[in-house]
Amino acid sequence: MFYREAGDFKTSYRDDGQTFPIALDRWGYYAIVAVAALVVPFVINDYWASAILLPFLIYAIASIGLNILVGYAGQVSLGTGGFMAVGAYSVYKLMTAFPEISIIAHILLAGGMTALVGMAFGLPSLRIKGFYLAVATLAAQFFLVWLFNKVPWFYNNSASGQINAPERTVLGWAVTGPAATPAAKYLVCLAFVVFAAWIARNLTRGMFGRKWMAIRDMDIAAEIIGVNPLTAKLSAFGVSSFFVGIAGALLFAVYLGAAEVTEAFGINKSFLVLFMVIIGGLGSIFGSFAGAAFLVVLPVFLKNLLVGTFGWPTDLAAHFELMIVGALIIFFLIVEPHGLARLWRLVKEKLRLWPFPH
Amino acid sequence: MDQLLYASEVFINGLMTGVMYSLVALGFVLIYKASGVFNYAQGVMALFAALTLVGIMNGQVPFAHLINAMFGTHLDKFGWTVPAVLAIVLTAGVMVLLAILIEKLVLKHLVGQEPIILFMATIGLAYFLEGLGDVMWGADIKTLDVGLPQGISDTVEQLTDSWFGYGFFIDRLDIWATIIAALLVTALVAFAQYTKQGRAMRAVADDHQAALSVGISLQFIWIMVWSIAGFVALVAGIMWGTKSGVQFSLSLIALKALPVLMLGGFTSIPGAIVGGLIIGVGEKMFEFWIGPMVGGATENWFAYVLALIFLVFRPQGLFGERIIERV
Amino acid sequence: MKLKFASLVAGAVMAAAPAMADLIVPNLSYRTGPYGANGTQYADGFNDYFTLLNERDGGIGGEKIQVPECETAYNTEKGVECYEATKEGALVFNPLSTGITYQLIPKVSVDKKVLYTPGYGRTSAKDGAVFEWVFNAPANYWDGASVAIKYLLDQNGGDLNGKKVALVYHNSAYGKEPIRTLQELGKKHGFTLTEIPVEAPGQEQKSQWLQIRRDKPDYVLMWGWGVMNQVAIQEAANIRFPMENFIGIWWAGSELDVLPAGDGANGYKSLTFNGVGMDYPLYDDLKTHVIDPGKASQGGEHVGSAVYSRGMYAAVVIAEAIRKAQELSGTSAISPEQLRDGFEQLDITPERLVEIGLPDFGPEIKLSCANHGGSGMARLQQWDAAAKKWNLITEFTEPDAEVLAPLIAEDAAAYTAENNITPRACD
Repeated sequence: MFYREAGDFKTSYRDDGQTFPIALDRWGYYAIVAVAALVVPFVINDYWASAILLPFLIYAIASIGLNILVGYAGQVSLGTGGFMAVGAYSVYKLMTAFPEISIIAHILLAGGMTALVGMAFGLPSLRIKGFYLAVATLAAQFFLVWLFNKVPWFYNNSASGQINAPERTVLGWAVTGPAATPAAKYLVCLAFVVFAAWIARNLTRGMFGRKWMAIRDMDIAAEIIGVNPLTAKLSAFGVSSFFVGIAGALLFAVYLGAAEVTEAFGINKSFLVLFMVIIGGLGSIFGSFAGAAFLVVLPVFLKNLLVGTFGWPTDLAAHFELMIVGALIIFFLIVEPHGLARLWRLVKEKLRLWPFPH
Repeated sequence: MDQLLYASEVFINGLMTGVMYSLVALGFVLIYKASGVFNYAQGVMALFAALTLVGIMNGQVPFAHLINAMFGTHLDKFGWTVPAVLAIVLTAGVMVLLAILIEKLVLKHLVGQEPIILFMATIGLAYFLEGLGDVMWGADIKTLDVGLPQGISDTVEQLTDSWFGYGFFIDRLDIWATIIAALLVTALVAFAQYTKQGRAMRAVADDHQAALSVGISLQFIWIMVWSIAGFVALVAGIMWGTKSGVQFSLSLIALKALPVLMLGGFTSIPGAIVGGLIIGVGEKMFEFWIGPMVGGATENWFAYVLALIFLVFRPQGLFGERIIERV
Repeated sequence: MKLKFASLVAGAVMAAAPAMADLIVPNLSYRTGPYGANGTQYADGFNDYFTLLNERDGGIGGEKIQVPECETAYNTEKGVECYEATKEGALVFNPLSTGITYQLIPKVSVDKKVLYTPGYGRTSAKDGAVFEWVFNAPANYWDGASVAIKYLLDQNGGDLNGKKVALVYHNSAYGKEPIRTLQELGKKHGFTLTEIPVEAPGQEQKSQWLQIRRDKPDYVLMWGWGVMNQVAIQEAANIRFPMENFIGIWWAGSELDVLPAGDGANGYKSLTFNGVGMDYPLYDDLKTHVIDPGKASQGGEHVGSAVYSRGMYAAVVIAEAIRKAQELSGTSAISPEQLRDGFEQLDITPERLVEIGLPDFGPEIKLSCANHGGSGMARLQQWDAAAKKWNLITEFTEPDAEVLAPLIAEDAAAYTAENNITPRACD
């Protein structure tokens, strides 16, 4: 009744092609961004920032990045953890080598660095496809982690091999280091999320996105109609790694503050981000957010519910948490194999017709 | 001369390690071949099978911890022990049951979905089984002893010592693993070639639709394949569990099998064996010659890089079915 | 739908906030994941000692102790979540993970909480002038390396010249800790050190042990964790490496590590900084007040094991520090600042250990503003496979301060430079 297109007239192509064609969606989006930027920073506390919002935002960036590669360009990658490590170590080296330059520039440069590495490891995708490619990207994962662990230059020869983020400020507010307030950290991550989503949305509906999708749907056919697989695949790897690198840089510098490559950027990270993308929905920006929320918020929620509310022993709760997450993944796949994003779209379709579906 | 002897020792041990990798890879190949599912849960199935085996052998009460937490009881063990052979049979039964449940509750509802969706479902399965295994049998490290010998083989050491003046090290467990793997593969091949069910399985692997149309029950074949994969997981679980005790990390051996799969091809049983041998030898030799120069611990990534190099030349793996692309 | 979910989440989070009262000592434990088996025993020991104090003495100084538990699964991100979830009103944290410790070191100095990391964490935290809130008594990894070498010196009549020592280590920050120290000690005592990394998780160590079999080092030291320990001990038994020349760090010295190898593990040695076994008077009290009434953590199945004892020992030290803080401040409901002062004045004498009911269970600990790491004393235990128990084989031994002190000063200086900290004055 309220959620509808009727009465919403478009008078230009520009209007017709916009991201949120329905007024209610558009206003909803503005409202969410406004609340996220103007209200949340004032009510946020350490727990909400560290346990839920920061990981959610950072993983959302990573899954947007991986979704471009897997969902739009159809190249399955399990090297995400390694690429995040490239971002983290680049930002660490830059932060410590050029302390006078803004951390924002460092994070963007770290993304660029990761894009280069990602493109290098994307080269085999020209020959290798499907699950073979997925496993081939694991070579990147294991090699990069080993490299960062082995070469002392990357961690500035520190005795333990851990990297620590020193304090850096944006407009006078500390965003890294222990003195950073949750609100400052949150706002930095939020800004990067909005930036990433905006770029990704506009790339995917433009020429690049169409090329990627053509490659995904059938690469030989795409080649015949004039899409160059080399540039299309490598650009997908580059753009995807750029976002993944930014996520890695934020994860280390803003969220964790200290990291060790084998623990923080191991193979589990690669799987985790891939799960987010698939559960959220392949080829959907909204899906990236939904997947990240599902896998970040749900475990915390279950833990607090089982341990905090029901008072279960922590180990039983942790085991049940695994079982419930596993069962929910299977349940969602059976109900809707195309991820949470498709479920959301179906809900909206229904809403448009509500309350008179016939 | 010494270097050559050492290298051949490393080579032989690499072959043996390769067999251990192949055991894990076999389970993946079986399921992928018959149903096109890349079963991420194979490693967790090995863990689950080994946990169940130890649990049955030691007469542990399943879900003891959960029951104790709920009712304040102090259940722990039934007080009996089960001989290894019987326990293996019982565990195989549990794995069949698991296969039936997986088919009924998961796969049946996902017929005809894209491979990545099925892959995702096995991830859910992996999460679930991991939690279930721990709740059922507890998260302790358990000692597994089904009577397989371990330690250096004296015969080999003395023999090689008398030949070359340097005694080779070969683990007796590895010799047994090789024998068991050979038996397992022979049995699988014989089953696939000479039995009705085996032929039906190959028919399904070739073409689901065609197999259905000649009256083969997909459901039955899937249950069968998952049961066999469960049994292979049990064998892998026994081998690896004997070495390190049965514990969570057992599920991570799947990572060792992935480069083997890439190299051998996802659809070929001989490929899993040959791939395993190449990876085993390759990573051990690399660690032996090059490792010391670059600081060691190269085995994890080298296996993948080796497989990657192979793939660039043969994108379908060594023995994989040729990928024919049509527009 | 979104709103409903958010409110559900909010509800659950609210419910999780701990009730404010008493002395709160959170237990950031891990009972799941790759290291869950060790984490379970440690957490049980830690819980049980505080339960004992509550049941027998009504807490410390009349204040009950609450030990809210939070599962980290040895994962740094979950560790941070747990820290934030439990820090309200908490006094001291003991996360039993080097990774989580590094995360928390900067945080605790802002939040003003004590971080107690016995036998793990950042070694240079021993320097109390730089790390005001972190304590790592009684011993750290560098102490461990030095004590092990001292033991080998004793075995060889004080001379290790020309000996070969191999270090098998977990290829991570934790495993790399002793390398610097061992290199320095090698220079001093003339032994050669071979470094042999094992990539985590470490189920496959064939090439490493073939190398050891070939090189025939006189001694093998091991910095391992999780499945790596069981496999290494098994492989050492396989190649018939003399087990009495194989020494593990304390985290490679639990029953869990040696049991899977069966008789092959007989004679394996490991460092420890706490006593093992049930031959201490405290266990009588524990049995009466905790185990028999059914209040033991997880049913009390691990009581007396090496890692359980270590968890209990950590609780003992924390309890003593709380007692000291109460004494110093004259109030029973102490704040984290007062607890820090309590730690800095901590003096656990052998007599005090006898009073607690744990004679000779740990080394003497005397801390100060500058010294947060104690004497660094540790001892060796040896596995008896037939009796399935650890036997203590040496007395507590002091590490070689001459070698360690400059290393610690160097690392602490690096931390101050990196983070722009001015060390506080300690006199």
